[in-house]
Parts: sequence; C-alpha cells; structure tokens
Amino acid sequence: MLLEARHLRKTFDTRPVLDDLSLDVGEHQVVALIGASGSGKSTLLRCINLLTEIDDGTIKLDGEDITDPRADPDRVRRRIGLVFQSFNLFPHMTVLGNITLAPIRVHGKSAAQAREQAIDWLQRVGLADYADSYPDRLSGGQQQRVAIVRALVNEPRLLLLDEVTSALDPELVGEVLTMIRDLKGDGMTMVLATHEMGFARQVADQVVFLDGGRVLEAGPPAQVFGDPTEPRTRQFLARIIEAGRL
Amino acid sequence: MIYRPSDVQLERATFRRRRAVRSVLLAAVSTAVVGVLLIVAVTGAPGWNRVQDSFLNLDVARKSFQPIVEGLWLNIRMLVVCALLALALGLLIAVLRTLRGPVFFPVRALATLYTYTFRGVPLIIVIYVFAFGVPGLRLQGTPNVYVLGGGALVITYGAYLAEVFRAGIESVHPSQLAAARSLGLTYRQTMRHVVLPQAVRRVAPPLLNDTVALQKDVGLISLAGPIDAVRAAQIATAQYFNYTPYIVAAVLFVLLALPLIAVTDWVTLRAARRQNAGS
Repeated sequence: MLLEARHLRKTFDTRPVLDDLSLDVGEHQVVALIGASGSGKSTLLRCINLLTEIDDGTIKLDGEDITDPRADPDRVRRRIGLVFQSFNLFPHMTVLGNITLAPIRVHGKSAAQAREQAIDWLQRVGLADYADSYPDRLSGGQQQRVAIVRALVNEPRLLLLDEVTSALDPELVGEVLTMIRDLKGDGMTMVLATHEMGFARQVADQVVFLDGGRVLEAGPPAQVFGDPTEPRTRQFLARIIEAGRL
Repeated sequence: MIYRPSDVQLERATFRRRRAVRSVLLAAVSTAVVGVLLIVAVTGAPGWNRVQDSFLNLDVARKSFQPIVEGLWLNIRMLVVCALLALALGLLIAVLRTLRGPVFFPVRALATLYTYTFRGVPLIIVIYVFAFGVPGLRLQGTPNVYVLGGGALVITYGAYLAEVFRAGIESVHPSQLAAARSLGLTYRQTMRHVVLPQAVRRVAPPLLNDTVALQKDVGLISLAGPIDAVRAAQIATAQYFNYTPYIVAAVLFVLLALPLIAVTDWVTLRAARRQNAGS
C-alpha cells in the first residue's frame, strides 16, 4: 500500500471530525472521497499532508510513519501534492514563478531546469501562452490547472485534490476533470474529495463514502453508487440524484 | 458594419460634456472668490504690515537661507540613514513576533515588549536618554551624538513600523501559507517568498506615510546639539530679531516632503486600483 491511514481521530473543540477513520490507497489507485459538507473529506486530506495534526492514529506513506513526531513534515510534504478548492496560487508571482518556486527552493533544481520542466507541463495542458501572466489574468479553470501543475512538477508519490472543481463556473469544470483523467492515465496515485459524483463514478477505482468522520461505505464505484448497503448512503445518493448531480 | 453611437447615446454625451464644463466653471469661480476674500482679509488686517515685516522679510530670508539649507542637509542625511535602518528593524521585529512555539517565547516576548515600550515613550525623552545618558556611562568607544540621536530615532520609529509590517503579515490569508507549506517550503522560505512580498506590497502606503512623519522628526536630534534646519532657523531668528527664517525652513520642509508625499499617493492609488481589479 502506498498510503495506509489507521484509526485516525481529529476533534475540533468538542466536535469529532475524523472518528476512527481508516483508509488504504494502493499505488496508481484513484480514491474518491464523497459525502456531505462537514463529513471530514477536507480534514482527512489536510491531515495526510500534515497541515492539520491528528489527535490519534497513524498514517504511513510507503511504509514510513509520517505521523511520527520525529518525522520532518517538510520532507514528507515534498512527496505529497495538494490542490485546493480555491486554487491558492501566489498572486504576486507569474504562472511560471508559481510553478518553479518549489522545484528551485525545495528540490534544488536550477532555474533553467525548473523553467524548462514548467514550460513542458504548461504546453501539455495548453497554457504555455500564460507562462508570464499573473494568476488574476486567468480564468478559474486555468488557475486550477496551473495549481495542479504546480503540485505535479514536484513529482509527488501521491496527489491530494480537495474539491478542486467546487469553486468553478460549470462550463469550466470539464477542463479540470479532463486533466485529472489524463493523470490517471499516467498512473498518478490520487485521493480526491469531490461533489462530482458522475466523475467519481467514471474515474475512481474506489469510492469512499464519509459520514460524520467515519467511513460508512467503501468499494468500487459500481457497488457504492449502484447497490449501496447503508441506508445513510442511499439517502445521500438520493439527494444528489434529486439535485441532478448524478 | 462600423459602430456608430445611437442618437440617445450622442445626446447623453452632449449632456455630460455640458455638465462637466459647468462644474469646472463653478469650481473656478468659487476658488477665486475664496482666494480673494482670504487675501483681502489677511492683507487688510490692522496688523498686516507688522506681520509682513517680521515673517515675510525678503532681506532676512536671503541672509538666513544658507545656514538653514546647511541644516537641512543634515536632516536629509539623517532621514535616509534612519529610514532605511528603521524599516529593517521594523521588519525584523515583525517577523520575530510571528514565530510560534515555546522555543521562541523569549524572542517573541522581548519583541512585543519593545513595540509596546517604544510606541509609548515620547521620542524627545528617548533622544535625551540616548544622547546624554549613554555617554554618561563613560564606556570605551561611545559613538558620537549623530549616531546616538539617530539610534533613538531608529528605535522609536522601528516600533511603529514593526506594527505596520505585522498588520501586513497578518493580512496574508492562511490559505497562502497552506499552499506554500504543502509544496514542501519551510516556514522561513514561506515567509521569504510568499508572505512578506505580499505583506510589504499591501502596507507600502502606511510605511511611506511613517517615513514622511520621520522626515519631520529627524530634526529633533538638534535637542542633543547638532544643528538641523529648524535649529538653524531658530538661531537666525534670534540673530535678526525676525521670524522669517522659520517660514524659510517651513517652505524648504514642504518642498522636501512633496516628492515623498507624491510617491505615497501614487502607491496608495495603485494599491487601491489593484484591489478593485479583484486581486
């Protein structure tokens, strides 16, 4: 297993956000986290990336316990990419500056090397013309694709995507989903929190339904979407279908 | 097909043009009226001739000009050095105050104590303590009065600037930090490449504003002996028994401040525009 999370607990004030949650992600697997807002999807991703400290449990990446307080979080994060709902590009840097920051400062690449690699990626996703633009000149979809490239140039073992299409206009969602689909083709291991049920169904190897910080149901998409066993999952899916999102 | 404005639009444009001309005319007339009234009121006052002679005496102005400019040269040199040092000190203190963790408690506490103290103590007292108290220790290699007075200015203004920088640092959204840390950047790299560039840009207008204030306060070093523009004017006033040198110094100070004030306004305007552009 690439990622093994065991018995995670996280409480904000007195509200449990992760409640004895366990999750396995195999190499080249795509796992979709679904569930209502507040079910713990985002918190789980932030905990895996050590941006939020867990209260109990262990997370192993490539067999190494990354929740050990002796582990250096900066070194762990180099191997895990995280893409945010609201892009979080650095507004004072150009697209190229955003993408090359970590390769140069964290991974010790030369500026020329980092630049070349960034341009390669931008060409691949059709954004080469925007290399020298500032983020506020780009549409939401373009910004999110840049944010994904910014995570990818660090060649992470694992990519975490936190509702990456939720802040986008409907007509811009497609371009980002296409990019994620291409990444799956490349064999990238991904955990994505999403409200795009149709997309989760298509692209995920495994769908995990979270409710109140627990894994209520997990399995291949056909099973979770087609034949859910838990009443709570049925209820959730029924509401999604009602809203026309599946 | 070439776009041609519709009749309605043309009519609107004519109306707007006419209204603009009318407001400009109105403004010009009212300015002229107020100006004339002021001049009449001041020059018509019973004591005007006496005031003109003791505050606006050209002969005295000519004679006192050179020593005042020499004093001003000291102000300028002090301003440049002190402004740069105070900015550096303020930035350092602001960054120290953001450090988290028990290891940094003493650093944080000292930095906080410093900003609280030196924003509270009047600058004049700090200058007296530095310029007269420190040499009183009779230590080897006590620096001269310029360095001591400058030190007092830097320490006092550093405390104000530190708070401005801190406001800037706190205005950077936590999601920017999360993004930087998620890329594997260390806390220090995150500060250096992500937080501070955004923070400094945002607080550039208030920083420049404090620099304009410093420009006037550097003259207080004359309390410890050195002759700045105001002190030179004071000496000339006593010498000629005439207040004109103060007016000369005031005009020179305004001329000196103008470029800095203009830059401040320009930076503020640019920042406001950028905010409106939604970035």
